[in-house]
Amino acid sequence: MDILRRIWRSPSGRIGLIATLLVVIGGLAAPLIATHMPNQIDVAARLSPPSATHWLGTDHLGRDLFSRGLYGTRIAVGVALAVTATALFIGILLGVIAAYAPTPVERIILAVFDIISSYPSLILALALVAVLGPGLLNIIILVTIVFVPQFGRIARAQTLTIKERPFLEAERALGASGSRIMFHHVLPNIVGPIVVLASMNIPVVITLEAGLSFLGVGIRPPLASWGSMLFDGFTYLEQSVWPVLVAGGMLTLATLGFTLFGEALRDAIDPKLRREP
Amino acid sequence: MNGFWSKGGLARYGASRLATAVLVLVGSIAFLCSLTLIVPGDPARILLGARATPELVESFRQQMGLDLPLYERVFVFFKHALQGDLGTDVISGRSVTDMVLAALPNTILLAVSAIGLAVLIGIPIGCYAAVRPGSLLDQALAVLSVGLVATPSYVVAILLLYFFSVWLGWFPVLGAGEPGNFLDQLHHLVLPAIALAVGWIGYIARLVRSSLLEVLSEPYIRTARAYGQPERRIVMKYALKLACIPTVAILGVGIGELMGGAVFVEVIFNRPGLGSLVIDAIRVRNYPVVQGCILIIVAIFVLTNLLVDFAYAWLDPRVRENLGRARNGGGA
Repeated sequence: MDILRRIWRSPSGRIGLIATLLVVIGGLAAPLIATHMPNQIDVAARLSPPSATHWLGTDHLGRDLFSRGLYGTRIAVGVALAVTATALFIGILLGVIAAYAPTPVERIILAVFDIISSYPSLILALALVAVLGPGLLNIIILVTIVFVPQFGRIARAQTLTIKERPFLEAERALGASGSRIMFHHVLPNIVGPIVVLASMNIPVVITLEAGLSFLGVGIRPPLASWGSMLFDGFTYLEQSVWPVLVAGGMLTLATLGFTLFGEALRDAIDPKLRREP
Repeated sequence: MNGFWSKGGLARYGASRLATAVLVLVGSIAFLCSLTLIVPGDPARILLGARATPELVESFRQQMGLDLPLYERVFVFFKHALQGDLGTDVISGRSVTDMVLAALPNTILLAVSAIGLAVLIGIPIGCYAAVRPGSLLDQALAVLSVGLVATPSYVVAILLLYFFSVWLGWFPVLGAGEPGNFLDQLHHLVLPAIALAVGWIGYIARLVRSSLLEVLSEPYIRTARAYGQPERRIVMKYALKLACIPTVAILGVGIGELMGGAVFVEVIFNRPGLGSLVIDAIRVRNYPVVQGCILIIVAIFVLTNLLVDFAYAWLDPRVRENLGRARNGGGA
């Protein structure tokens, strides 16, 4: 609660929190709020501007943009959460292993991290898409691979800093088992900065997923994703700008909201992590 | 420590960074090659379709080197890549090296113009905002830069395209311009370069602002002020040089994101280049072309990062000194 209050105190944190809540609630309550089914086609009203029946207009097949956008929230936020949680889990695991394992194992893990981060993130995602192919599950898998190293590195660095602390040595001297030290002492102590990193990671994942879908190699068409909506809108840009405005607007609201929220969360949890700008 | 750590240290640092870069590059080639191993199903069969005869699939596998074990494939690919041969396009039969070399100048031109724009516009804005904190421009920068950094680059690119090309008709919608016609090419380059640069202008401006503010509070600046040096001279001559160092440092990461952003910009503005080449290849699963393009992009990324690290060590005496102490410190 205290953290929430601290986030609320800064103006940008407030905007971020409101935008984030708006996006999350919109996604969760999509079936209740949506005025149409996301894939319901109304050819007579194709590419129409906002009206009483279609609040934000329609796309090239006459599908309701407001409803599709709401359902797109589910994909975007769902993928972002799934990716971040998985990358977090694997990253912490590998990072802690690297910190405790003998040098050769550590070297190998770090080398894999280095190789993965030698690719610009979009380029790595494209290389993996070329192999795995598009689709919801594949996108989650490959975007997770892209983000594991940063979690792994920070988990390793954090573990290394607390590994030699006296309280851990005392615990070891008392005969605590490895797993007790790991779960009761190491994990709680490294989790703070990692959670911050995870929250800052969410808008990045949303942008990457929507980008892949926009390029036609992400989420496959019948599913409403902001990226593919953006691509459809882009194709018919000269006839109507509404699809692009709606998809781009919702996407930006989400990334902006999560970015501001993440920054405020970082300042609230640990101001030392703050790095300008 | 200071005197000892002058020339030899930098050379040693250079050698170790160079070795790491080569290792990373070899590793990423191995990674690229091993990707074909985890494909569900046989890449040859996927590419040729279900109706291909077993003989056809077999000869195709041999032609692509898919029948070789992984380490051999990496070796062969690397050997050929070093000789400048990135393989053959499975669909058109053209040399991948030729295709990549034809596309590369367009992408480099785009990326360099975007960086140039971002630096040329971002640094002055950042300086102004730092010299006059709290001014209108400073506040506008604070809001705009967050907004622009958070807005996905492709959304910005599409909106720019809509506003300036479709609506106002100031700039052409498609292509890179007539070959040989410089003005036409420039006309086609303006909007894509701006689209790619927009996010970076805000980012660089904010970076320069914060580091300039930091430098301006240093004692040596106070000394310069006490000596009665004009403020303009203090900012331009003493402070700005140091304040720009972080900008150099982020250009390394920046070039990678820029290569990614270039993919979107090239697709949106329908420009020929590495980005549109790789996307077209992925859509039809033309793996050798994908591999070749990505190898070149990664090589550019790794090399620029190397250069940036050198530039950084060369520019900043503090970094130079730290290198001597913590040689194994995390590179990125």
